[in-house]
Amino acid sequence: MTDTRTIEIEVLRYNPEKDGEPHFQSFEVPFTHDTSVLQGLQYIKDHLDGSLTFRWSCRMAICGSCGKMVNGKPELSCHTFLRDYYPGKVRIEPLNHFPVIRDLVIDQSDFFEKKLPSIKPYVVPKEEKPLSAGTYLQSPEQFHKYYQYSQCINCLLCYAACPQYGLKPDFTGPAALALMHRYNADSRDKGWDVRSEVLNAEEGVWGCTLVGYCSEVCPKHVDPARAINQNKVNSTMDYFGVLKFIMPKGGG
Amino acid sequence: MAQVKTYVRPMQGWWRKNPFFVRYMIREGSSVFLAIYALILLVGLLRLSQGEAAWNGWLAALTHPVSILFHWLALLTVGYHAYTWWMVAPKTAPNIRFAGREIPEMLITGGGMLATLGASVVVYVIVRWM
Repeated sequence: MTDTRTIEIEVLRYNPEKDGEPHFQSFEVPFTHDTSVLQGLQYIKDHLDGSLTFRWSCRMAICGSCGKMVNGKPELSCHTFLRDYYPGKVRIEPLNHFPVIRDLVIDQSDFFEKKLPSIKPYVVPKEEKPLSAGTYLQSPEQFHKYYQYSQCINCLLCYAACPQYGLKPDFTGPAALALMHRYNADSRDKGWDVRSEVLNAEEGVWGCTLVGYCSEVCPKHVDPARAINQNKVNSTMDYFGVLKFIMPKGGG
Repeated sequence: MAQVKTYVRPMQGWWRKNPFFVRYMIREGSSVFLAIYALILLVGLLRLSQGEAAWNGWLAALTHPVSILFHWLALLTVGYHAYTWWMVAPKTAPNIRFAGREIPEMLITGGGMLATLGASVVVYVIVRWM
């Protein structure tokens, strides 16, 4: 399959120094069977308009940098192929719900500087052990309790899929809450108490109305909607003071 | 992040832009019909406590075409609500393991739907013939 076809790519353009608001610009881009949407954007930058600005790095769906709205759906652009949109056109926008800095580049600082640090994304042990005490042991069963939630690559597709985050930007949001569950569910971690204030808040798990689109778009099958809604039960038990009996490793 | 001028896109009409969100809004909206239906039943209970005449008045009001139209609409929307309820149940169900394995999502959704259907048939038979 080496035959080259041409597809129309419509890109949202925004130059903060000139534009009051964004507009769309169309490009005719040649593609083959294995051309990703990201490669389409790279073709535009290399051959048609060098000023087009977008983030990318690994090109293999693990760095989480190249998330864009592709025809209205949050996607990793390296993981999405132009052939699937032909003969229609492809409309590429920056990830929804984030402020646009330039063209397809969004301001991620709300997540990386506020939301993510707020959930303390690291193992909080009950007490620090000296190195000489050796490693923490964990059974495969204990490992599987959090493994799925540890697969998050911080690509923010779930935030672009979450209307609650768009409407109420204070909502801690899917990835941060799923990562909070990843640590709370870890047998080595005793950090429930230091994270519970964020979890129990109106902007924590209770800010979720189970739209469920976050889990639908997650490229790593983390299932943030599941992580959040399981913790509505934990939050309720915490409120009534019964969590510490059920979760002996955490809560108190 | 340094101070930069950014553009924040408006949220207006967000739910019309994606069929997934349209289905979500119908799911949430269908609960309004459920609430109204429950209120009508509660009013019936109140009228029952007020004596035979009041009760018969309530029964008569139910036969009004508007009431019948509403109840058909409520049946449809509550049916859809039940379907969506079980579709999201695997997300809200506690983490139950059976014989060392997690219960598959299909079993929670399918089992719930079958239980709803079974319970509806049982209630219908009791109300209609018993």
